[in-house]
Amino acid sequence: MSDRLSVTKTYKLYIGGKFPRSESGRSYPVSDAKGKFLANASHASRKDVRDAVVAARKAFGGWSGATAYNRGQVLFRVAEVLEGRRDQFVSEVSACEGVPAKKAESLVDAAIDRWVWYAGWTDKIATVLGAANPVAGPYFSFTVPEPTGVVGVLAPQQSSLLGLVSVLAPVLATGSTAVVVSSADRPLPAITLSEVLATSDVPGGVANILTGRAAELGSWLASHGDVNALDPTGAAEADRAELAKAAAGTVKRVLSVPAEEPDWTAQPDIKRLRRYLEAKTVWHPLGV
Amino acid sequence: MPDSPFDYAPAPESRDLANLKPAYRPFVNGEFVDGAGEPLKSVNPATEEVLAEVSTASKSDVDTAVKAARRAYEKTWGRMPGAERAKYIFRLARLIQERARELAVLESLDNGKPIKESRDSDIPTAAAHFFYHAGWADKLDYAGYGPDPRPLGVAGQVIPWNFPLLMLAWKIAPALATGNTVVLKPAETTPLTALVFAEICQQAELPPGVVNILPGAGDIGAELVGHPDVNKIAFTGSTEVGKLIQRTVAGTPKKLTLELGGKAANVVFDDAPLDQAVEGIVNGIFFNQGHVCCAGSRLLVQESIVDEVLAKLRYRVSTLRIGDPLDKNTDIGAINSREQLTKIQELVESGDTEGAQRWTSPCPVPERGFFFAPTVFSDVQQSMRIAREEIFGPVLSVLTFRTPEEAVTKANNTPYGLSAGIWTEKGSRILWMANRLRAGVVWANTFNRFDPAAPFGGYQESGFGREGGRTGLEAYLDV
Repeated sequence: MSDRLSVTKTYKLYIGGKFPRSESGRSYPVSDAKGKFLANASHASRKDVRDAVVAARKAFGGWSGATAYNRGQVLFRVAEVLEGRRDQFVSEVSACEGVPAKKAESLVDAAIDRWVWYAGWTDKIATVLGAANPVAGPYFSFTVPEPTGVVGVLAPQQSSLLGLVSVLAPVLATGSTAVVVSSADRPLPAITLSEVLATSDVPGGVANILTGRAAELGSWLASHGDVNALDPTGAAEADRAELAKAAAGTVKRVLSVPAEEPDWTAQPDIKRLRRYLEAKTVWHPLGV
Repeated sequence: MPDSPFDYAPAPESRDLANLKPAYRPFVNGEFVDGAGEPLKSVNPATEEVLAEVSTASKSDVDTAVKAARRAYEKTWGRMPGAERAKYIFRLARLIQERARELAVLESLDNGKPIKESRDSDIPTAAAHFFYHAGWADKLDYAGYGPDPRPLGVAGQVIPWNFPLLMLAWKIAPALATGNTVVLKPAETTPLTALVFAEICQQAELPPGVVNILPGAGDIGAELVGHPDVNKIAFTGSTEVGKLIQRTVAGTPKKLTLELGGKAANVVFDDAPLDQAVEGIVNGIFFNQGHVCCAGSRLLVQESIVDEVLAKLRYRVSTLRIGDPLDKNTDIGAINSREQLTKIQELVESGDTEGAQRWTSPCPVPERGFFFAPTVFSDVQQSMRIAREEIFGPVLSVLTFRTPEEAVTKANNTPYGLSAGIWTEKGSRILWMANRLRAGVVWANTFNRFDPAAPFGGYQESGFGREGGRTGLEAYLDV
């Protein structure tokens, strides 16, 4: 036995680019797949959700207004920093998900590659989804995709890193900002991802990550008047109808997600990007 | 003005062209059938006379229609090659054009809108939507949703009374082009042109069940929305009802698109060509009696020119002729129903109470029928109901701004986000504004332009999903 006591980490929330403890002062124990205590995670409250939405709204103007090239660079930078922390993610994924190191490595690599894939979309979305509309009249009419706004994301409960990246990266790639509730029982990679985001030029508030229970926090996100879209992936299937009903109060866009958590290693298409975009049609007159 | 030697002589359109029948019936599985619901009387809002008795659907009729649509989807329409579907839709477009005069007169009788609008705008644009989508039916592989995108199945569609045939076209054309079958409920007060469209479906020899039309009230719409065998719901109407529908559909696998209310800002800068802008403002709010979800109901004028704009605007509005919708000289027709007229009056009174300055056109208003004289409120504050709530009538609220930034902030200060207008000679400012306005459609130096090739739809509480263009196809595809 080593005579050195390791320094254990205190896990906190990530709101507005800072790492506060939960406003409620609550925490909950996180165990590895075998039940061994790993750490206490902050147990986010309704007030934390509200603070995170305020931060996400505040960040929306800058993030959505940045050039697509710039957003792409920032997101590539996230992939670089992820790569640098690869070993830490491998050990956390391995502990949380109870998979062998080899498998954890492939999951972390897939997460990094997934982030790169979405980073590359920032300056291609408008070309692929926009249009010049051949209207019958003397107008130049064009349609451009624009980010929906603040997106509430209930991250997958099983896939602690690859799943999280697969639901968060498309939100950021569109220029929307996110409030994410991480996997409740496997939150450690999410907190480490917050540290990556905080140190890779992503402006504070663009991504906010809360550790806690989707069943508790999901309803606050779904009914919040300043959240524009909701991804219920991490909600229990039985809770999704209630969340969708609450979301109707503000005509939120609610992502249609499969009943069971999908295989995140499969190559995604642009469906998730499309869901966080609005089409804006502009009519400009022609003449001399 | 009646004494003026230059006054207009009446130029009435013949109502015989409408081929008005004493009774209309629901259209299910290719046949006109008696609905088991309580029959309704469709009223001409300009005269309050009963136009026709309409047999309405009951809840069991909804089920029959959905079954017919399901059968047609599985047996014929869903498996038909796109090229063949295209030809049917092309036929529908041509038949609408051939019967355009009849449809225009019938639309004006039933809805109250001026004949010049139904004749020159509604019906031609409805035909254009079928033409446009006919061409998509065999080109869906190129729509950007991957190869061979699949239809959803049976589409339940609920449309409003402000553009009865045009909204039908916006809903049915893309649904059919993508291979879906349809059960459509027209608005309670304007079912007639939809039932003539059903005749057109027969003339086009559309397979039975592909299109089903069920007149009825909100309960029939609710039944359709809640029917377990409907795969897709498309709704155009108020935000309030849209939220109810979203709640109903929540937790089901149904795909939903909503086109809801709006409170559009029409922004006029001091360098705008003012006469042209005034025409656009008038078109923006008084087109179709202001019964337009994307109407430019909040006029934002740069402070330095507000007096000039108001003077020009009042003069121009005072020349608008309100009256018989079938008179070709009429600019403003009838409010669609007594209920809607009452709602407009109530909101206008709130404007008075809250301290806005009201100006009403001195034009003569018919004594019979549902009419409301064009009204302009100035000195409007953002907190007033007339600046926040959708009035859906010929009532304009005028606010001011000083800087472009202030214009953007005020324009975006609404839970809605359907449309916006910008008036300025400066192209760079147009694009700067267009980037910042949170609205699905932005018109620069024009207003209320529609084209099937240009996607239309809202941000925020104006709904989600688009109609028209390549983007609009997504609403009817399993992608």
